[in-house]
Amino acid sequence: MGRHTPLYELHRSLGARLVDFGGWDMPVQYASQIEEHHAVRRAAGVFDVSHMCVVDLTGSRTRALLRQLLANDVAKLTRSGQALYSCMLNPAGGVLDDLIVYYLDESSFRLVVNAGTRDKDLAWIRRHSHDLAVEVRERVDLAMLAVQGPEAREKTVMLLPAAARARALELPVFAGFEVGEWFIARTGYTGEDGFEVMLPAPQAVNIWQALNARGVVSCGLGARDTLRLEAGMNLYGNDMDETTHPFESNLGWTVALEPRDRSFIGREALERVKAAGSARQLVGLVLEDRGVLRSHQKVSVPGGGGGEITSGTFSPTLERSIAFARIPSGAVARVSVDIRGKLLPARTVKPPFVRFGKPLAGVL
Amino acid sequence: MSQVPADLRYTKSHEWVRNLADGSCEIGITDHAQEALGDLVFVEVPEQGRTLAAGEPCAVVESVKAASDVYCPLAGEVTLGNPDLAAAPELINHDPYGRGWLLRLRPKNGSSGTLLSPSEYEEHLRAEGF
Repeated sequence: MGRHTPLYELHRSLGARLVDFGGWDMPVQYASQIEEHHAVRRAAGVFDVSHMCVVDLTGSRTRALLRQLLANDVAKLTRSGQALYSCMLNPAGGVLDDLIVYYLDESSFRLVVNAGTRDKDLAWIRRHSHDLAVEVRERVDLAMLAVQGPEAREKTVMLLPAAARARALELPVFAGFEVGEWFIARTGYTGEDGFEVMLPAPQAVNIWQALNARGVVSCGLGARDTLRLEAGMNLYGNDMDETTHPFESNLGWTVALEPRDRSFIGREALERVKAAGSARQLVGLVLEDRGVLRSHQKVSVPGGGGGEITSGTFSPTLERSIAFARIPSGAVARVSVDIRGKLLPARTVKPPFVRFGKPLAGVL
Repeated sequence: MSQVPADLRYTKSHEWVRNLADGSCEIGITDHAQEALGDLVFVEVPEQGRTLAAGEPCAVVESVKAASDVYCPLAGEVTLGNPDLAAAPELINHDPYGRGWLLRLRPKNGSSGTLLSPSEYEEHLRAEGF
C-alpha cells in the first residue's frame, strides 16, 4: 500500500481509479481521461497534487544555499512571492530533479519538488544546508490542489480565505503569496491559467467539494500527463534524469551561466557541454499517421543516427499523437518512429504544442 | 459490475465471441476490458485473409494510457476487420458488444478453443477481484 494524500478517501468515493505514483496511491482518472483533459482546456479542472513535496528553507543564508544548489539563479527573485523554475544538478551536470522555488522573504524560500525524488532531494539539500545553517522543513501538514483552466481563477477565488481574495485576483503569472497557512500561486503544469493552492490538510476535502459544486471537474494524473505534454513541459524521470543534462533536455533556458562568478553544482560540467556543443537535443514530434507514440520507441533520423521517445501520448486537443524525443543535435524536419515494427513518419516541432487551449502555429 | 451478455462466449484475456448465422464468428473485447483500458484512441485490426492461431495477437487497442494486444480466441481466417474503428475507436468504449466489434473470422474446422460461458467469465472476473 502506498502513501495517501488527505483527499484519498474522497477520490475513492468519487470513483477514481487509483494507481501507484512515486510511492503514493493517486487518482489516474475519475470517469473519462479525455473529458477531464478537455475540461481543463475549455473550463476548469482540479488535481490533487498533495503528493508533491513542499520544503521550506529558512535562515539568513538561504539565498546563498540556493545559488549553489540550483542551475537557475535565485538572484532573479527580488519581489516576495516570485517563483522560479530550475533544475538541481549533480556535479556531472545530470538532473537530480526539477523544481519550483518561491521567494518569500530574505530568510525564507519555499521549494516544491517531485514526489518520486523526495528522499534523495531532502538528503541532498540537507547535506549542503548544514554549513550555511539553513533549516530544512518538509511541510507534510499541507495539501496542494492545482485548479487549472480558463475559468479556474474565477471559480477558485471565492473559496479562498477572505483576506486572500482580492490579492489572488491581482496575482501576476508565476508568483504566489501567503495568507496564514495558505499559499496561493498562479502556477501550473497544464499550459492554462490557474492556481496552485497549498492549504492546511484538513481543509482540502471541503475545498475540493466546493470546487466540484461550482462545476470544476475532478481530474486525475492521466489528464495531467496529456496536458503537460501538450504544454511542452518535461516530466522528471521520463524526459530527464541524473544521466541527462539540461541542454539535451530542452531545459537550457533554465540554466543561468551568467553571472560567471556564481559557482553552482554542475556548472563546470555544463560549461564543458556548452563549449563542445550538446551532442543530443530533445525535440517535439507530431505523428503524421494514426497511431500512438510511446516512451522508449526508437526514432531514426534521416542520414543516420537515432534516438528514443521520452514521453509520448495521444493529444486530445490535436486529435493526433505527440511526443518528446531525444535525438542527435542538428536541424531535422522529419524522423521515423518504430511502432511495433512499422516505421511511421513524424514531424519535428518546437514544443509547446498547445497553449491556452489552442494549437501553436506549425503544429498541425 | 460490467455487462456480460448471455449469448456470447468469452476468454480469460477478456475477448468475446459471437456466432454469426453464416458460420463465422465476430470477436471483440469485453465491457470490463474497455473500462479498464479507458478512452480508446487507436485500434489496429487484422487484414482480411490473414490466418490466425488461437491465442495469437490479432489486434491492438490503444487508450490514452497504454497499448494492449487482443488475443484471437479461435484459430481461423479473418473475413473482415471492423472498418469503422479507424475513424472512431471510441465505438469500443460506447458499444463494446455491438458497433465496437474488432474482427470477423471463419473458424478453422474443429477450432473451438477453450472458451468460457457467461457464468464462467463472470466467475473469472470475480476471481481477478472485479
